[in-house]
Amino acid sequence: MRSTATLLAAVLVATVLTPIAATAAEVVVYSARNEQLIKPLFDTYTAKTGVGVRFITDKEGPLLARLRAEGANTPADLLITVDAGNLWQAAEVGVLAPLDSPVLEGNIPAHLRDPGGQWFGLSIRARPLVYSTERVKPAELVSYEDLADPKWKGRLCLRTSKKVYNQSLVAMMLARLGEAETARVVQGWVANLATEPFASDNQVMEAIDSGRCDVGIVNTYYFGRLAKERPAMTVAIAWPNQASSGVHVNISGAGVTRHAKHPDEARRLLEWLSSPEAQGLFASLNLEYPANPAVAADPAVAAWGSFKADPANVAEAGRLQAAAVMLMDRAGYR
Amino acid sequence: MAPGLRETRSRLHGPPRNRPLRAAVLLVGALTAVPLAVLFSAWASPETAVWEHLAATVLPNLLRNTAALVLGVGIGTLILGCGLAWLTARCEFPGRRWLDWGLMLPLALPAYVLAFVVQGLFDTAGPVQRLLSQIPGLERVSFEARGTPWVIAVLTLAFYPYVYLLARAAFLGIGRGTLEAARLLGLGPWGTFLRVVLPTARPAIVAGLALAVMETLADFGAVSVFNYDTFTTAIYKAWFGLFNLPAAAQLASLLLLLVALALAGERRLRGAARFHETARGAPPPRIRLAGWRAILAATAGGAVLAVGFVLPMTQLVGWVAVSAGGGLDDRYWALLGRTLLLGGSAALVTVTGALLIGLARRRLGDRPSRIAADLSALGYALPGSVLAVGVMLSFAGIDNALNTLWRLAGGGSLGPVLSGSIAALLLAYLIRFLAVANGPVDSALERLRPSVVEAARALGARGLDLARRIYLPLLRPGLLTAALLVLVEVMKEMPATLLLRPFGWDTLAVRIFEFTSEGEWQRAALPAVTLVLAGLGPVIWLARRSAGAHESS
Repeated sequence: MRSTATLLAAVLVATVLTPIAATAAEVVVYSARNEQLIKPLFDTYTAKTGVGVRFITDKEGPLLARLRAEGANTPADLLITVDAGNLWQAAEVGVLAPLDSPVLEGNIPAHLRDPGGQWFGLSIRARPLVYSTERVKPAELVSYEDLADPKWKGRLCLRTSKKVYNQSLVAMMLARLGEAETARVVQGWVANLATEPFASDNQVMEAIDSGRCDVGIVNTYYFGRLAKERPAMTVAIAWPNQASSGVHVNISGAGVTRHAKHPDEARRLLEWLSSPEAQGLFASLNLEYPANPAVAADPAVAAWGSFKADPANVAEAGRLQAAAVMLMDRAGYR
Repeated sequence: MAPGLRETRSRLHGPPRNRPLRAAVLLVGALTAVPLAVLFSAWASPETAVWEHLAATVLPNLLRNTAALVLGVGIGTLILGCGLAWLTARCEFPGRRWLDWGLMLPLALPAYVLAFVVQGLFDTAGPVQRLLSQIPGLERVSFEARGTPWVIAVLTLAFYPYVYLLARAAFLGIGRGTLEAARLLGLGPWGTFLRVVLPTARPAIVAGLALAVMETLADFGAVSVFNYDTFTTAIYKAWFGLFNLPAAAQLASLLLLLVALALAGERRLRGAARFHETARGAPPPRIRLAGWRAILAATAGGAVLAVGFVLPMTQLVGWVAVSAGGGLDDRYWALLGRTLLLGGSAALVTVTGALLIGLARRRLGDRPSRIAADLSALGYALPGSVLAVGVMLSFAGIDNALNTLWRLAGGGSLGPVLSGSIAALLLAYLIRFLAVANGPVDSALERLRPSVVEAARALGARGLDLARRIYLPLLRPGLLTAALLVLVEVMKEMPATLLLRPFGWDTLAVRIFEFTSEGEWQRAALPAVTLVLAGLGPVIWLARRSAGAHESS
């Protein structure tokens, strides 16, 4: 017992006192994108360039709070997060540095990066409609706004408004339609709900499959995963707003931190992540779409068909996120 | 009064001469107070807009839900915990020996895992309802496994072991003499249970209940599986949805204040009543249950064990089988090793802290040590991420100050010193789990007769020598119980580990997070099963040891 304690203490002291070695040829990353989605890329990069990548993963909120609190002392060079709202917020609180990179500007379309150059989208996540192939004809599905129509009463299933994907969807709608019209749409959704909102996109699709409801809104990669798991599922994707604003898309992306200790290495890693060489892998690891238009989507993803995406700048999702959350609260969308 | 006696008295009750003990307990108190103070400091700029919005929209519903959960889970864990503890500790029926330790197993299972499995199995699209629909006459039965009753049921199953564990130890500690006296005074079995056993065990039961209720208040993982909004939801809504961390800190500090008031209120209600077991003597004979009573007892225990542990474990193992052990690589040993190392270190640190606090409360008994002791229990009621951020902000603040000083002294940049260090992580564990360690450590200290310590002192034992030769051997069972509870808790802990771990210090809980945060439960099953198995060892050992100790005494 005592010897175990001594050993523990020794290991602890050694760990506590080990200075965080900062070698020149490395990049330190804070990532809200999960390990299994980024590590393969980092390994490839290290093998190719010899530059090591150290990273830590967590949810966006805590990571951002940490980056802010650490200020000039932060070891982080690069912040990777999912959702444009989080990237916008990171830029807003001043933890990112503007980047003047012709490579990134060439690789990533203007609406998928910060106008100020503080962050850049690396993959696209589309949030279309899903419907029951048994009870709905694809032609009936027009737009997100149309789901507020009384003809969908008792037939709609939604994920909780606490998920940032829905917050971004409504924020982009706010930017497009304004407060009053967006409130009307969200209230219409709530009135049409077949049941209380679910905790996950998967539950939405399972509810459609089991006949609980007929139509819902989910991210494509959840659909891809579930469809692979359950080939007999009677749920399919429909691309909404094709005659108007386009399908709602969000991004995962990254920015170099303001107090980066290795800013040049971080910029080079970010540029490489936007290159055709990395983009295919970056997107296909999670069945997403590459942000670089020169790179084709994974065949499994491309099979869902092509669509017109919303060309508005995704930064709007961040700017209007808090307003969107409040609007959904007022509409009683849980 | 003889001078010698007075001197002994003054050491025990009078003005303290224990400078080291006092310094140590104030340090523990300060360590726990700083992150909490950081949260309260958010009130410097009240976020009125956020408060008004929440009050006008979601708050009434949240408060209703939270009250329903606290009440439901409180009653549920009391009934399950005390009832089952009485059955296994004081009765005899077929299967009792298995249930005795088996009923502790749900401790090893994180609540959100139980929530996810139960929701998946019983919901509309789940296998249970698919099976039901095969039965003639039940084809049209359809229900959703969501809403207040389901959340209460799941949280009760997840948290009753705290009450069970502490109540069981208290019931086992009641001597034959006490029960015989009750009988002689004309009380039947139920009368004895209600009027003698429960009041005697009250401190232990309340300690367990407090843990269960605080876990309920702090829980975010399990309730969000059901999309059930509680007060914690408001905290995270303010933080993640409205990008307003100060408002989140204000909400969290309000939660803390309520818990502190509740704890203080209970202590006042209990008043000066003290129950001491004077002469333990032989353990009383077990009540032999026969016929339908035996069947009922075995069924109740078996059902709780089945739903609370066997069912979720079966599902997890099934998922591991489906994913064909995918993701099992050589890093796994490192994950397991780090999980155990962190858990073990945290157990050591936390039990030491609890011991210092317990000793100080008894030996010093002054206001500062009482306040330190009270503060130390609060961290358990905070949502994990909020506490983690509080610790992180404190350490980052200290780092920034150190760096400024260093620069003023002419040095270069020092970089992060404390943040991202093991010390920060262990501190977070200490604050979070002191409440867990306090119960067992306290009851161990309670049993330590002052006369033993006095005798040792009279024979010249002092300081560390006294600790090594008297305190540690006599307190060992209680300290071990506390250490193992903390170990199991730390292994399950997620938010603080995620935010505060040093680079490369991934644990099993971190792996689970990586998968579940994107809804990949099947891939999360392997680390989850490993986590439960790693936690089972300590839990079973704990149960066996405590049963053995009492049977043989």
